[in-house]
Amino acid sequence: MTPDHEDLIRKRQRDRAKVTAWLLGAFVILMFLIAIAKIRAGMA
Amino acid sequence: MSTAAPPLPADWRDFLALTKPGVMRLVVFTGLAGMLAAGPIDPVIGFTAILCIALGAGAAGALNQWYEADLDAMMRRTAGRPLPAGRMDRPAALQFGVGVGVFSVILMGLAVNLLAAAILAVSILFYVFVYTIWLKRRTPQNIVIGGAAGAFPPLIGWAAATGRVDLLPVLLFLLVFLWTPPHFWALALFVRTDYANAGVPMLPVVAGERTTRTQIGLYTIPMAIVAVAPWPLGLTGAVYGLVALAATAVFGWMAARVALRAPVEGDAMRPEKKLFAFSILYLFLLFGAVAVDRWLPL
Repeated sequence: MTPDHEDLIRKRQRDRAKVTAWLLGAFVILMFLIAIAKIRAGMA
Repeated sequence: MSTAAPPLPADWRDFLALTKPGVMRLVVFTGLAGMLAAGPIDPVIGFTAILCIALGAGAAGALNQWYEADLDAMMRRTAGRPLPAGRMDRPAALQFGVGVGVFSVILMGLAVNLLAAAILAVSILFYVFVYTIWLKRRTPQNIVIGGAAGAFPPLIGWAAATGRVDLLPVLLFLLVFLWTPPHFWALALFVRTDYANAGVPMLPVVAGERTTRTQIGLYTIPMAIVAVAPWPLGLTGAVYGLVALAATAVFGWMAARVALRAPVEGDAMRPEKKLFAFSILYLFLLFGAVAVDRWLPL
């Protein structure tokens, strides 16, 4: 394995980790908003 | 001692490509239109429903590409996809497709309602098992029956907003179902060589061009009736009715041209390409109109 190849693998892993982190963050916010919406609907 | 280089992990953009974003646009739009036509819904719940429809469609697309990697490699139009191009391994595509599909159904069930989740699950399973695995390689009727998979989103959108299924979303389902054959057969007429090379029994490959043209004309008739029907049935107002009448007249004229034409050797297939392009715009127009009609009734 050449250093270039290793760098590319690390870059791909970093990029995928970043996208996963963003998606998880968005999911947490979405679940929070869904919970609020459900509570509001229950009170209406 | 030298060791073989480990395979490159797939780029995240390739996972995105696996979901067929182009197809997803139309799926999301028809789902959104079905939901808006149904009436008011909490914006967060509505957003979640559309997200689940998009994820479900993406999962179905990924599983379709996982199963059809060999076919895709044989067709110019699809050879550049992540699996046939060798940018991703098949287990990764399978895990991604199953994971996203299961997630979309569970989220729909928990956040929206069980009926919408059930229809979403049926649509994913129908696309993967009935269309992709069972029909596509076996019969020229593949896209006729398989078209039902793409027709579910307005039904899901409506069910998400109301918790039930009524006549209008059923007509919207039938509209997409009957629209699919002329849409895909127009495409199949000008990419016939690709399908023939891959051994996919599309109608022009199996039954010939003449039969395909006749079938395009024949399917357009019930499609036109279903497209216009919501207005006289009192399910929509004049906004939808007039858009449906005008757009269906144009669709019918283009389909008739394709149906009655006999192309010569080396033909550029322009009417077929125009019908294919307009058929996409047609669905956007009708579904846009059905949503606008609900909020701006005349």
